[in-house]
Amino acid sequence: MSIAINKQKCVGCGRCRNVCPGSLIKIDESGKAYIKYPKDCWGCTSCIKECPVHAINFYLGADIGGMGSMVHTEKNGDILSWIIEKPQGDTIKIDINQRESNKY
Amino acid sequence: MKTEKLTTDILIIGGGTAGCYAALTISENSDKKVIICEKAHIKRSGCLAAGVNALNAYITEGRTPQDYVDYAKHDADGIVREDLLLTMSERLNSVTHRLEQLGLVILKDENGKYVTRGNRNLKINGENIKPILAKAVEALPNTTILNRVNVIDFAVKDNRIQGAFGIGIDDDTFYTIEAKAVIIATGGAAGLYKPNNPGFSRHKMWYPPFNTGAGYAMGIKAGAEMTTFEMRFIALRCKDTIAPTGTLAQGVGAKQVNSLGEVYETKYGLTTSERVYGTVNENQEGRGPCYLRTEGITPEQDESLLKAYLNMAPSQTIKWIESGKNPSQQNVEIEGTEPYIVGGHTASGYWVDTKRATTINGLFAGGDVAGGAPQKYVTGALAEGEIAALSAVEYVSENDISPIESSNIDSHISEVENFLTKKDSHFTTEQLEEAMQSVMDSYAGGIKTNYRFNEKQLDIADYKIKQLTELSNSLYAEDFQELMYIYELRERLTVCRSVIAHLKARKETRWHSFAENLDYPNKDDKNFNKYVNSRFENGEIKIILRDLVPGGKSYEHSN
Ligand code: SF4
Ligand code: SF4
Repeated sequence: MSIAINKQKCVGCGRCRNVCPGSLIKIDESGKAYIKYPKDCWGCTSCIKECPVHAINFYLGADIGGMGSMVHTEKNGDILSWIIEKPQGDTIKIDINQRESNKY
Repeated sequence: MKTEKLTTDILIIGGGTAGCYAALTISENSDKKVIICEKAHIKRSGCLAAGVNALNAYITEGRTPQDYVDYAKHDADGIVREDLLLTMSERLNSVTHRLEQLGLVILKDENGKYVTRGNRNLKINGENIKPILAKAVEALPNTTILNRVNVIDFAVKDNRIQGAFGIGIDDDTFYTIEAKAVIIATGGAAGLYKPNNPGFSRHKMWYPPFNTGAGYAMGIKAGAEMTTFEMRFIALRCKDTIAPTGTLAQGVGAKQVNSLGEVYETKYGLTTSERVYGTVNENQEGRGPCYLRTEGITPEQDESLLKAYLNMAPSQTIKWIESGKNPSQQNVEIEGTEPYIVGGHTASGYWVDTKRATTINGLFAGGDVAGGAPQKYVTGALAEGEIAALSAVEYVSENDISPIESSNIDSHISEVENFLTKKDSHFTTEQLEEAMQSVMDSYAGGIKTNYRFNEKQLDIADYKIKQLTELSNSLYAEDFQELMYIYELRERLTVCRSVIAHLKARKETRWHSFAENLDYPNKDDKNFNKYVNSRFENGEIKIILRDLVPGGKSYEHSN
């Protein structure tokens, strides 16, 4: 699995770059973020949760059964929403209240 | 290349679970100056980057710390340090309460009591557990956090710690850090063996791929006594996504079934290694693939599982969504991972006393690098961070800085400069890493051989790992990040050698899969109800067999 950064959306704040536990994200000459080592991504989604403009998506590699869905998160107060855009066009949104515990 | 020299009371290497908690503890109990060196950024580094959805080590009502000791001892078939497990278990609940004060959400019932899962687990929302810890650490006075400074070696003289050397991958700087005491909290080692999916998703693994065994390697090189590297950890995981299975097994009671639908887990036993071994065996005997039986769970359970996995291993939820089927509609296929060395789950690591003092004076260890106490999980790592911190505070009140000689600094600088000098080598760090993983996979009990090995294979592995270590001397790094990759590879090679030596030394099979020696397929209590320890001396690994520390007794170093 890895991530994809949408350069059009990126505002170059560098937050994704700071937080990546593998130091995999760099900033290019035009001030935009890019992933320098895509194969080294752990899939922890830390960068995605940091991005203020939702420019980063993650996806599963085909070698582990990925079908092309792109995933990002949006945060509103205590609600962390996971937005999964399927390649066919439909979108699934799962809201998690961060004040509520997992039940299992 | 710039150089910088810093001085502090206590240096903490690794800003993960144990390291962060050690910093909090020092600040609460002293005014000592602390530097934390973190190879990435403490906000999301270490095992907890993506989150965790349960605390697996808690003493629930009616249970005692000794019960936890007994559980871990049983799971490791006796090869544990009961004194370490007990001192850890006694702190599990207080560190949990502290985490809750810091902001962690823990599930409670209507009377305000924690809701438990089984005998030892609490249910939480742990997506943000690491940012919570990091925020508390960032607010501490007297604590300097050096993010993106990767420590490459200890400075040790006459078996006394003097500090450490590091490379700043953002500022192209060579750091020399002198400290009165050092806490090593770097985590375990991933990436020694060829992973489940060696291609594009090679880092989609259970343990952080960025934990490369640095702490083990530095300890080995400095001549610290190390223990139980032969107890490898192999996780039973959801296939492909390598997501945890505990939430399915314990949370919704899903049983392990083979492709005929037969529940096989009871046939092999329920310890951690037996669960893996059973799965390997069912596959080998033609009854694979194996699954966790989730078919038939309720829609509410489905929904909760999708959320629970988003809070710790999001790819599993994506996989369910992409397949168009929820867990209630399809069983979850499972497989064993490649082996890791990780003292938070098995007993591998530094040989320490109950104060978490290593055999090097002034060096303390906590979390995944500390040996003897398996089944630590998050709270156990916090507890050990706390103990190591208290011991370090005590140590620095009695001991001053032991200055690092300039000759030692110079030799480390010239090593770094050598790697930064372009040379005529055909090999890249990545190539050698893949070669190392192939060697370990084929000859030291990787996935390829169903985790099994014999002595002849181990000898080949040892020979080839030494060759690769030689080759790594001539690697070239274009920048400091690549320099870090060279050091990470060399750390792994150092750990591999010790793992091979330990696997060879335990001439029995006590744990299937974890250390399955085909030359000695049975357990041998007479000769091996012991710890296999080692010390690196004059370029060779010297094995030391030690008698078990009996329950109720505490081991002390006798230098
Ligand atoms: S998902 Fe994690 S490992 Fe991958 S690029 Fe983002 S922060 Fe780095
Ligand atoms: S966090 Fe988002 S906006 Fe900021 S640099 Fe990264 S991709 Fe660009």
